[in-house]
Amino acid sequence: MGLAAIAAVVVFVTRATPIDSSPLAGRESDPAKGETVFIASGCASCHAAPDAKGDAKLILAGGQRFDSDFGTFIAPNVSPHPDAGIGSWTLGEFASAVKKGVSPEGQHYYPAFPYGSYLHMDDQDVVDLWAYWQTLPADATPSQPHEVGFPFNIRRSVGGWKLFYLDDTWVMQAAETPELKRGRYLVEALAHCGECHTPRDALGGMNRANWLGGAPNPTGRGMIPSLRPADLTWESTDIVYYLETGFTPDFDSAGGHMVAVIENFAKLPASDREAVAAYLKALP
Amino acid sequence: MKKHLAFAVAFAALGCGTAAMAQDDFSAQLKARQGQFRIMAINLGILGGMAQGKMDYDAEAAQAAADTLVAVSMIQQGPMWPAGTDNMALDGTRAQPNIWDQNDDFLSKWADFGTAAQAIQAAAAGGVEGLGPVMGQVGGTCKACHDTYRAPAN
Repeated sequence: MGLAAIAAVVVFVTRATPIDSSPLAGRESDPAKGETVFIASGCASCHAAPDAKGDAKLILAGGQRFDSDFGTFIAPNVSPHPDAGIGSWTLGEFASAVKKGVSPEGQHYYPAFPYGSYLHMDDQDVVDLWAYWQTLPADATPSQPHEVGFPFNIRRSVGGWKLFYLDDTWVMQAAETPELKRGRYLVEALAHCGECHTPRDALGGMNRANWLGGAPNPTGRGMIPSLRPADLTWESTDIVYYLETGFTPDFDSAGGHMVAVIENFAKLPASDREAVAAYLKALP
Repeated sequence: MKKHLAFAVAFAALGCGTAAMAQDDFSAQLKARQGQFRIMAINLGILGGMAQGKMDYDAEAAQAAADTLVAVSMIQQGPMWPAGTDNMALDGTRAQPNIWDQNDDFLSKWADFGTAAQAIQAAAAGGVEGLGPVMGQVGGTCKACHDTYRAPAN
């Protein structure tokens, strides 16, 4: 194969293709169910303005900064504003962004956006989430460019990254009970726990062999703890209580990004917190 | 006169030296402020244990724990947080430098804990059902401060 042919293959396999949106067409949508998907997925935790509190968290104006080994990512405005946000998108474009990390312009998003987890999202949940999205306030704050240097500023390279790292199989292959299935869906898909709690390799892909095994904090200080049963020895009831109140078994309290995570989990039904605990206890 | 001056200089040098030594080591302040958080955790553990049903509800014990939380909330914080006792300057603390950059906000978050502690104090003896919501309220004030001002554990 000549160089030109290799180049052609590289160009082909790294292209950004939108999702097949036909399974989404013609479905009824339920914005109330979409709100639960929105909370469980933690959308507002990253896309609300920095330091937004309470109802202001529903204004998805963007602007929060996320440090990484590859540069600083700045969450964009994803409010339903037609110009500054994503108000002009179609359902199919929204699904392509969330589940494939592909923009309506056919660009790859950086995986700071956890589509590597959201790719497991049920089609009906995407439809309901998009319906809920339309009820949120529009905001005109312009999105800021990411602060990412060469070579990571070549978006095309993200296409190669996706080939290596996007994996639509579950980490926990066998989830026998409805509770375990729900826990798996929350941990592996919506709440995207693995994005922080699973260590990453040199190119920033999650090391699924050490799933939820703990990782250095991307802020450069401290460790994000392992959630595997050998390390997280809390009782199930302790995990459930932590996800509701932020209190550890010795009544220290959560800090950092877990504060936002717990704020979300506290709003979900108790059965969801119990499902997460059941999933974590069932890990090898 | 000269003698007096020399004495004054020597005295001042001695004084400064002592002050400098005290400033190099802030172990007393660190112990004091970390100790108050321990007292809070132990008493929250009593209330939370009852709220979770891990221990039997006891109105008197709940009230004593709640009163202790209010007592801790009344400890003046300023003297335990001198400048230069952040986690960039010292080992053994997770206090972030922004505590001193945004000190009014830091102290207002501490005051929020006091308000929540008073809510627990009012509810503690009134039955176990009342503990859950006020525990949620106090937990919210812990997280609000830790979110911004405490560095992650190593």
